[in-house]
Amino acid sequence: MNQILQGAWIIPVLPLLAFVIIGMFLHRWPKWAATVSILAIGLAMLYSLLVALEVFSAQPGEVFVMAVPWLNMPGLQVNMGILIDPLSTVMLLVVTIVALLVQVYSLGYMEGDPGFASYFAYQSIFAGSMLGLVLSSNFGQVFVFWELVGLCSYLLIGFWFERESAKEAAKKAFITNRVGDFGFLLGILFLAVLFGNLDYATLEARLANYQNLAVLIPIAFLLFAGPIGKSAQFPLHVWLPDAMEGPTPVSALIHAATMVAAGVYLLARAFFIFSAVPQAMLFIAAVGGFTALFAASIALVQDDIKRILAYSTLSQLGYMVMALGIGAMTAGMFHLMTHAFFKSLLFLGAGSVIHALNGEQNIWKMGGLAPKMPVTTWTFVIGALALAGIPPLSGFWSKDEILLGAYASGNMLLYGLGSIVAFMTAFYMFRLIFVAFFGSSKHDRHAHESKPVMTVPLLVLAVLSFGAGFVGSPLMGNVFAHYITAPGVLHHQPNVSIMAISSLLAMAGIALAWIIYQKQAISHLSLRRRWAGVYQLLYHKYYIDELYARLAAVFVDGTARVLEWVDLRIVNGAVNGLAYLTAWTGRTLRYTEDGQVQTYALYLFAGVVVILISALLVVYTALA
Amino acid sequence: MIGLTHYMILSSLLFGIGVYGVLSKRNAVAILMSVELMLNAVNINFVAINRFINPDQVVGQLFAIVVIVVAAAEVSVGLALIISIYRHRKSVNLSDFNLLKW
Amino acid sequence: MQSFPVLTVTLLVPVIGAACIMLLSADNRKTIKYIAASSTFISLVLTLVVFFAFDRSQPGMQFVESIPWVKDLGVAYALGVDGISIPMLLLTNLIGFSAVYASWQVEERAKEFFALLLLLITGVMGTFVATDLFIFFLFYEVVVIPIYLLIIMFGSSKRVTREYAGMKLTIYLLIGSAFLLVGLISLFIKAQAILGFPTMDISTLAAVDFPVWFQVFVFALMALGFGTLLSMFPFHAWSPDGYAGAPTAVSMIHAGVLKKIGGYGLIRIGLYILPLGAKYIAPLIAVLAIANVVYAAFICVSQKDLKYIVGYSSVSHMGYVLIGIAALNLISLNGAVMMMYAHGVMAALFFAMIGNLYEKSHTREVTDFGGLAHQMPRLATGLMLAGLASLGLPGLVNFIGEFTIFVGAFREYQILTIVAVSGIVLTAVYILRTLGDVLFGPRKAQWDHLADLRGVEMVPLIVLGGAIVIGGILPFTLMELINSGMGQLLAHASLTQMGGGL
Repeated sequence: MNQILQGAWIIPVLPLLAFVIIGMFLHRWPKWAATVSILAIGLAMLYSLLVALEVFSAQPGEVFVMAVPWLNMPGLQVNMGILIDPLSTVMLLVVTIVALLVQVYSLGYMEGDPGFASYFAYQSIFAGSMLGLVLSSNFGQVFVFWELVGLCSYLLIGFWFERESAKEAAKKAFITNRVGDFGFLLGILFLAVLFGNLDYATLEARLANYQNLAVLIPIAFLLFAGPIGKSAQFPLHVWLPDAMEGPTPVSALIHAATMVAAGVYLLARAFFIFSAVPQAMLFIAAVGGFTALFAASIALVQDDIKRILAYSTLSQLGYMVMALGIGAMTAGMFHLMTHAFFKSLLFLGAGSVIHALNGEQNIWKMGGLAPKMPVTTWTFVIGALALAGIPPLSGFWSKDEILLGAYASGNMLLYGLGSIVAFMTAFYMFRLIFVAFFGSSKHDRHAHESKPVMTVPLLVLAVLSFGAGFVGSPLMGNVFAHYITAPGVLHHQPNVSIMAISSLLAMAGIALAWIIYQKQAISHLSLRRRWAGVYQLLYHKYYIDELYARLAAVFVDGTARVLEWVDLRIVNGAVNGLAYLTAWTGRTLRYTEDGQVQTYALYLFAGVVVILISALLVVYTALA
Repeated sequence: MIGLTHYMILSSLLFGIGVYGVLSKRNAVAILMSVELMLNAVNINFVAINRFINPDQVVGQLFAIVVIVVAAAEVSVGLALIISIYRHRKSVNLSDFNLLKW
Repeated sequence: MQSFPVLTVTLLVPVIGAACIMLLSADNRKTIKYIAASSTFISLVLTLVVFFAFDRSQPGMQFVESIPWVKDLGVAYALGVDGISIPMLLLTNLIGFSAVYASWQVEERAKEFFALLLLLITGVMGTFVATDLFIFFLFYEVVVIPIYLLIIMFGSSKRVTREYAGMKLTIYLLIGSAFLLVGLISLFIKAQAILGFPTMDISTLAAVDFPVWFQVFVFALMALGFGTLLSMFPFHAWSPDGYAGAPTAVSMIHAGVLKKIGGYGLIRIGLYILPLGAKYIAPLIAVLAIANVVYAAFICVSQKDLKYIVGYSSVSHMGYVLIGIAALNLISLNGAVMMMYAHGVMAALFFAMIGNLYEKSHTREVTDFGGLAHQMPRLATGLMLAGLASLGLPGLVNFIGEFTIFVGAFREYQILTIVAVSGIVLTAVYILRTLGDVLFGPRKAQWDHLADLRGVEMVPLIVLGGAIVIGGILPFTLMELINSGMGQLLAHASLTQMGGGL
C-alpha cells in the first residue's frame, strides 16, 4: 500500500511539469500543448484513483504523511510534503476529475483562440497548484499553493486581457484575495511563533494538550480571513462575480468547483484549531449563513447567466462555511463534493449556451433553446435539480445533511436561514431555466448543439451530479461520513421531516418560478415595478462594489496623494531646502570676497583686534 | 623721566599710522611704505622692551636687525611685483587689481 | 583552491577588462562590449565556483586571503567569504553580467560607459568580500565616483534633471560615508586603546569588549550611514530620483546591489562588532522600517512614472530588510539577507525591462501605455515576473525573504510586524495596477512598431528571471548558506541569548 501513497507526490508534479513543458517548448504548437496538458491531468486522475482505492480500503483515520525540508532553520521549519487521508483523497478525486473534464471541454470551447497554448499552460499550473494545496501537510505549504492558485485565477480571469473589464476583474480578484491572505498570513505567523512548526500533525498533537486556549482565539479568527477571501464570503465576496470575465470553463473549474472551495477545505483541514474556539465557530457559521442568504437574494434578479451562477456559488459556499461553523464538517465537505460536480456542470452548460449564441450572456435574450440544444438543456436541468436539492439527486443529500446539522445544533436562526436559501435557490435556478431554455426564442442566431468534445463532459458530470450523493446518503449507510470525520465533528441521525420540509421548499420554489416565468400567470415586470426599491437594491448587489470603490478611492488613493505631497514637499523639500541654504550661504558670503587686498587686510586687522580684546577680557575676568 | 610707556605710546602711534596707511592708501608704493612704518614700530618695541625688562641681553636688538633684513627683502620683492603689475596694467592703484573679485 | 586567490581574481577581472577597454579606440564598440561581457562572465563563473565549492559544513570565513598593507595602522588587504557574503557576491555578479547586456544599445561614449561600469562592479564586489574595515571603506568609496559620472553622462532627465539626480545621489552617499568614517575611526581608536595594538580586521574588532555607551554611539553613526545607503526613512529621498535619472545599468546595479551594502554593513560591521549598540538602537530602526514599508508603498500608488514606481517600491522593500535586521534574531536576520538577495534580482529585472521599454518607446509614463502584452509578450513576461516577485508571490524568491522576516520579526515586534505585513496588500495594489495599465487592456496601435525582446536583450530576463524562480522553488540552496553564516555571526555576538531582552 505504501508504495502507491509514497509516489503520490507525482500527482501535483505531473501538471506542473506539463506547465513547464508547454511554457518552454510548446507555446507555438497549441495542439500539442493541449495534448500534454490533458495527458498530465489524466494521469494525475488515474493515480488519484489508485490512491483512493488504497485509502478507502484501509481503516478510516489512517493518515499518510511524507515531507522533505524546504525552508529550515532553527526555530522555523517549513516542509514540502504530502498528507493523504480520506479528506485529501476526496479533494484529489474532485479536483482531478473536474479538471480533466473541463480541459477536455475547453478543447471545443477555446478552439481557435490565439492564446490556446497559454490557456492550457495556465490550466496545468492551476491543476498542479490546486493538487499541491490539497495534499499540503502544513500551513506553510498551504500558503504557498494558496497564493499560486490565486495567481492562476488572476491569469485566467484576465485571460482575454484586451478587454478592459477582464483586466479590472483580474486585478480586483487578486487584491481582494490579498486582503484575506493578509489575515491568513498573520494567523500562520502566530502559529509559527508559538509552535515553531507548521505541520498539521504536529500542531494537532501539540494542541491536544495545550493549556492556553485563549491565544487560539486570534489565531482562529485570523486564519478564517483566508477562507473569507478565497471562498468569497461576505465581506470579501465582491471579486467572484466579476471573475466571470474569464473563459467559462475557467469559471466552472476555478470559480465554482475547486479553487473557491479551497477555503472550505482549509476550514476542514484545520478543523482541530477552529473547533477549539467556540467564538470563532459561531462567527464562521454566521458569516457562512449570512453569505448564503445575501448572495441568493442577489441571484434572484440578475440577468447575466454566469452572474446568476456566480451568486449561486457564493450562496452555496456560504452553506458549506456555515456547515463547518456549526461543527458539521462532514456535511460541509460532502456539499463541497456534490457542489463541485453540479456547479461545474451548470457552468459548462452555460458555456455551451454562450458558445452557441456567440457570446450572448443575458438570459432575456435567449429562450427556446431546449429543442435546439437537447443535451445541454437536459444536463443543465439535472444540474439545476441537484442544486435545488430535489431528491434523490446529489445536492439533496448534501444540503439535507447541512440543514440537519443546523437543526441539531439548536440554532434555529441558521436552520431557518438555510431553509429560506433552499427555497430561493430553487426559484432562481428555475427562473434561469424557464427564461433561457424554454419559452419563445428572443434572438436571431442559429443556436445548435455543441460538439461531442463539449457535450461528453456534460454527460459525465450529469451522471456524477445525479449519483454522487449516494455515497453520503443514509440509504447507503453514509460511507462518506464513515471516512470523512474528525474529533469534534457531530453526526446526527437522519430526520425524515427535515428532508421533507427541504424538498417541499425546493419544489415550491420551482413551482413559483414556473408560475411567474413559464405560465406567466403573474407578470414579473409588474412585480419588478411594485417592488422597485428592493429590485434596484438587489440588482445593484446592495451597492457594495460602489461602496468599496469609494472607500478605496478615499483611503488608498487619498492617503497616497497626501503622502506623495509630504514626500515631495516636506521630505524632498527639506533636502532641497538644505541644498538651497548651502547655496544661499555661499552666494551671500561671496560678497566679502571683493578682490581688494586692502579689504582682506582690514578683515585681518579687525580679526586681530577682536582676538586681542577677547583675550584681554578673558584674562581680566580670570584675574577678577 | 622717559619710561617704557612713552616708547610704547610712540610705537603704537607709529603702528596705527602704518595700519591706516595700509588700509586707506590706494597707491601700492605708499602701502609698502606704510608697511615699513608698522615694521619699525615693532622694532621700537623690541628694542625698548629689551632695554627696560632684560637689559643684560640683546635679544630684542637682534630681532630688530632680523626684522630690518626681512623688511629689506620684502620691499625688494614687493617693488618687483608692483613693477611687474605696472607693466601689465599701467597702474599702481590697488583698486584696479580686483582679479579675484566674485 | 587554497593557493589560488579566487576572490582577488574575481575582483581583478573587471578591472583588467576596464583597463583593456581604456586602451582601445572608442570606435571599437563591438570589442568593447565583448570585453565587458566576457569579464563580467568570468567573474560570474568564478563566483559560482565559490558558491559551489564553499564548504557548507564549516561556518566561518573561507577562501581567505590576507596581505599586510599598512602595518602601522593594522591595515591588511584581507578578503574572505562566508554564508552572508556569498549571496551578495553572487547577486553582484548576476546583476553585473545582466547589466552589461541591458546596456548593449549604448553607442555614444561606449568606451567610458563600460569602463566605468566595470569599475563600479569591482567596487561593489569588493565591499562584500573585504574582511578589513579599511578595505571595505576603500571599495565603498571606489563605488561613488563611477556612479556619479555614469548618471550625469548617460542618465535621462524627466521629473528632475540627470545632473540633479546624480548630484543628489552622490551627496547622500558621501554624507552617509562621512558618518561611517567617523564611526570607523572611533572604532579604530577605541580598539587600539583597549587592545594595545592597531587593527582594522573585522573579526578582531568583533572580539573587543566595547563599553555600552560607545557601542550605542558608534552604532547610531553606522545606522545613519548605512541607513542612508539603504534608503531608510527619512533618508530615502535620493533613491527614486536617483534611479529615475540613472541609465538602466546603473539603476540595476544601484537598486540591485549597491543599496544592499547598507544592509550588509549593518549586519557585518554594526551587528557583528557592536551587538549591544544594535540592541539599543534596534527599536528605533524597526519604527523607521515600518515607515519605509507603508509610507513608500502608499506613494507608489500615486506614481505614474515606471521608474519612480520601482524606485519607491524598493524603498518600501528595504523596510522589510530593516525590520528583519532590527528584530535581531536568527530567523529575521536570515530573512533580511535573503530579502536583500531577492530584492536585488527582482529590482534589477524590473529596471532592465523598463529600460528596454524606455529605450524603444521614449516614455515611462504608465498612462501612455496599455495592452503591451500584445506587441511585446516576452517583455510582458519579464515585467510580470518581476512584479509578481515584488508582491511576494510564493514560488518566487522574494516570498522566502518576506516570510522568513515576518516570522522572525513577529517574535520581537508584534504590532509593527502586523503593520509591515499589511504592506503585502498595498504592494499588490500598486504592482497590479501598474502591470495592468501597462501590459493589459486594448491594443494600442501607436506601439505596434515596438519590437519585442530578442537576442542579447533576453539575457537579463533569462539570468535574473532564472535566479528569481530557482531561488523561490529551491530556497534551501541559499538559505542553508545564509543560515550557516548568520548562525556563526550571532553565536559570536551571543545575540541569540540576549535577543528581545529589552
